[in-house]
Amino acid sequence: MKKTLPVFFILAFFIFCTYSLLFAAEAEKAIQASDVSFTRAYGDALVTGSIGEPSVLVPMLAGDSASHDVAGLIFNGLVKYDTDLSVIGDLAESWEVSPDGLIITFHLRRGVKWADGVEFTADDVMFGFNTIRDEKTPTAYKEDFLQVKKAEVLDKYTFRVTYEKPFAPALTSWGSLVVLPKHLLEGKDITKSDFARNPIGMGPYKLSKWTAGQEVVLDSNKDYFEGRPYIDRYIYRIIPDSATQFLELQAGSIDVMGLTPIQFTKQTDTIFFRENFQKFRYPVPTYTYLGLNLKHPFFKDKRVRQAIAYAIDKNEIIDVVLFGLGRPATGPYVPNTWFYNPDVKKYEYDIGKAKALLKEAGWEDTDEDGILDKEGRPFEFTILTNMGNSLRENTATIIQWRLEKIGIKVRVRLLEWSTFLNEFVDKRRFEAVILGWSIGFEPDQYDTWYSGKTKEKEFNFVSYNNREVDELLEKGRRTFDKEERKKAYFRFQEILADELPYIFLYVPDATPIVSSRFKGIKPTTIGISYNLPKWYVPRDLQKHRMEE
Amino acid sequence: MLTYLIKRLLEMIPTLFGITLISFFIIQLAPGKPTDVMSEMNPKITPEARERLEKLYHLDKPIIVQYGLWLKRVVKLDFGESFSSDRRPVIQKIWDTKQPLIDRCLFITFLINILSMFLIFLIAIPIGISSATHPYSIFDKVATTSVFIGFAIPGFWLALLLMMLFGIYLDWLPISGFKSIYYDSLTFTGKILDRTQHLILPLFISSFGGLAGISRYMRSGMLEVIRQDFITTARAKGLSEKKVIYKHAFRNALLPIITLIGLSVPGLVGGSVIFEQVFGIPGMGQLFYKSVMSRDYPLVMAILTLGGGLTLIGNLIADIGYMIADPRIRAK
Repeated sequence: MKKTLPVFFILAFFIFCTYSLLFAAEAEKAIQASDVSFTRAYGDALVTGSIGEPSVLVPMLAGDSASHDVAGLIFNGLVKYDTDLSVIGDLAESWEVSPDGLIITFHLRRGVKWADGVEFTADDVMFGFNTIRDEKTPTAYKEDFLQVKKAEVLDKYTFRVTYEKPFAPALTSWGSLVVLPKHLLEGKDITKSDFARNPIGMGPYKLSKWTAGQEVVLDSNKDYFEGRPYIDRYIYRIIPDSATQFLELQAGSIDVMGLTPIQFTKQTDTIFFRENFQKFRYPVPTYTYLGLNLKHPFFKDKRVRQAIAYAIDKNEIIDVVLFGLGRPATGPYVPNTWFYNPDVKKYEYDIGKAKALLKEAGWEDTDEDGILDKEGRPFEFTILTNMGNSLRENTATIIQWRLEKIGIKVRVRLLEWSTFLNEFVDKRRFEAVILGWSIGFEPDQYDTWYSGKTKEKEFNFVSYNNREVDELLEKGRRTFDKEERKKAYFRFQEILADELPYIFLYVPDATPIVSSRFKGIKPTTIGISYNLPKWYVPRDLQKHRMEE
Repeated sequence: MLTYLIKRLLEMIPTLFGITLISFFIIQLAPGKPTDVMSEMNPKITPEARERLEKLYHLDKPIIVQYGLWLKRVVKLDFGESFSSDRRPVIQKIWDTKQPLIDRCLFITFLINILSMFLIFLIAIPIGISSATHPYSIFDKVATTSVFIGFAIPGFWLALLLMMLFGIYLDWLPISGFKSIYYDSLTFTGKILDRTQHLILPLFISSFGGLAGISRYMRSGMLEVIRQDFITTARAKGLSEKKVIYKHAFRNALLPIITLIGLSVPGLVGGSVIFEQVFGIPGMGQLFYKSVMSRDYPLVMAILTLGGGLTLIGNLIADIGYMIADPRIRAK
């Protein structure tokens, strides 16, 4: 699930603002004294550098992260994630889930206006809902909405959906994907209309200009329902080359970019960068793993998988490949989330244990060629991964070297992405793969681990099969009770850590850098951009003057 | 002459048809489908949803049927809609009528290529001539070495070095992009100046690498001509060296260059992926690269057809150029 761009609304914050305005003079003096208190001011522009260009600015049609980044600033959803990953209201003020978990009733915020001045109502939600379900809408996010049995507009500000079965991930699916302005799009084909490139939303920013291949310019929505954003203009510059982007950052032409590990640890470790920029670091909800084909005779045995886990030093991979910017993965979730179980079996690097387990499983070097064998078959296999991802390539090389030490011969083969997926992963023609999952903040992982999801193109491609896991996954997605869900997912992680269908490798950190003139950034589990409308540049630090 | 031209033009039709047919089949050979971008490794998409998507793009039909559908549209000059999620008409992606001329993909590439071609000829031809008239002199050696250095240096690397020098240390030129963020508030002259500044480094990089070829062709062409009898005759007549070289030798030495001009016509719309990527210039190279990576068949086909057509036209232009320049060919 793509995260929506949540926006914080804190009353205290506004009290602070009023306070600062009243005592602006004092506050300004305070700047010299300490750099904690700056005066909030409107104005200036934020220039972001991006490798990719958005393709459409309607969230439900977008498939790439660049589109979601920008569209997320133009559209809001009914709900969003809070910084502690609980679900809070966005366009919905509140909602009720019926005791059986089948009916969700959303009460919408009143008085929210689309950028063209028309009021936002439940009809817009209904319209978006019908559009995303429509056969003709090319969207990858249909499935969650096809589970809905009935949707009704109860009144102008109340929207109700009824599900066939209780479906816990349902709530977060009502994020930014569904809401569309009915008055502009009714009776039109959304894929043919101009709307996807000239959207009208109700979010903190609105599209001002889009020059294909060069930049997308957004201006702040002065009537935004959570208050006018401080930064007047948001410029999304497309710079396809990461080295060029870094030069632009040094030249001051862009204010924000995501750094590579080497840029983060070495190239920005200079006085110039320390004085002019602020760096952030937080885990992204993705993990990289070594997936083993459980149908393969070598990997059917749990002890062999555990031995491989003991033989790989995850910290070494993180230090070498990510320059230390990551942490070991212990299961299919990332740390700092409510469903992450920190107390599962961890496999600290231990070559002795690895060898012992392999011996127990019947693998011994009988012919003394340095490679383990069993029933005359040497322990040799190939790790496949996609070309062009140097992190994965290097990880594979390190694993190859480590496994050689316990007598397993590994070959590494790099493949073009489409070929890799279509010819090898989908057809199950692999022994081991290095891949990553982007998991978002929803714990439901039914599609990756459920034993029935092993058909071609389905995502349990390692053919994992465990009855208890199946039950836990089913339970986790059918209850809305957070404690119940937590219990189910904690147990699920324990089982996975013991059975190791994947060798979980690492969770990388996101490492963005932002010009130091931007204040009010508060890094949390969900990143830094969630409160973008509250970022500001103190008046005397403002760089770009925007003509009103 | 006219019948010859008509004949040549008619011959181009089946050739172009063949080009598109082969291209269409070859791009389908690469594994993967346009719908992959949306559906690969996305657990939210079920096999049924994938089928629906494929049906939407007619990808469930046999390739030959797909080609038929494509051809039926193309003869009406309709290249269809892009398979990428914006689903814009392919023509709009190449030549976006909603943008000012200068920001249209094809125009950007065309402008840069024409200017750099002009620069290359402007610099390389005199270098070639001087090298030929003073072979093995210091000038010849220096010129030859430097054009080969230009040829051998990886463009993206030199580009990054120049960006650092002019963009950061000297702060004279913008680093990348094709306009600055203040562009809209500039006056007309300001706008021209802004675009010019953005063009300097890309032009330098793209011309520097191209000098070697043309100057070497010019040098060897000239050397060959100078040794011929009619040049000796011209000199014997007592013509000045200037007249001998520029009036008699030059025209004849230009013949191979005409071929090169003809051959570079398709290159005018085929941008370079690498240098467009490094400079962040939204030209045809990037568009084509992205379309191939996302298996956006209609866009790939449109660009290939355009390229194929221009190659044929380029060949024709070269032949016509020959006919004008060389009476011996005209006689045939």
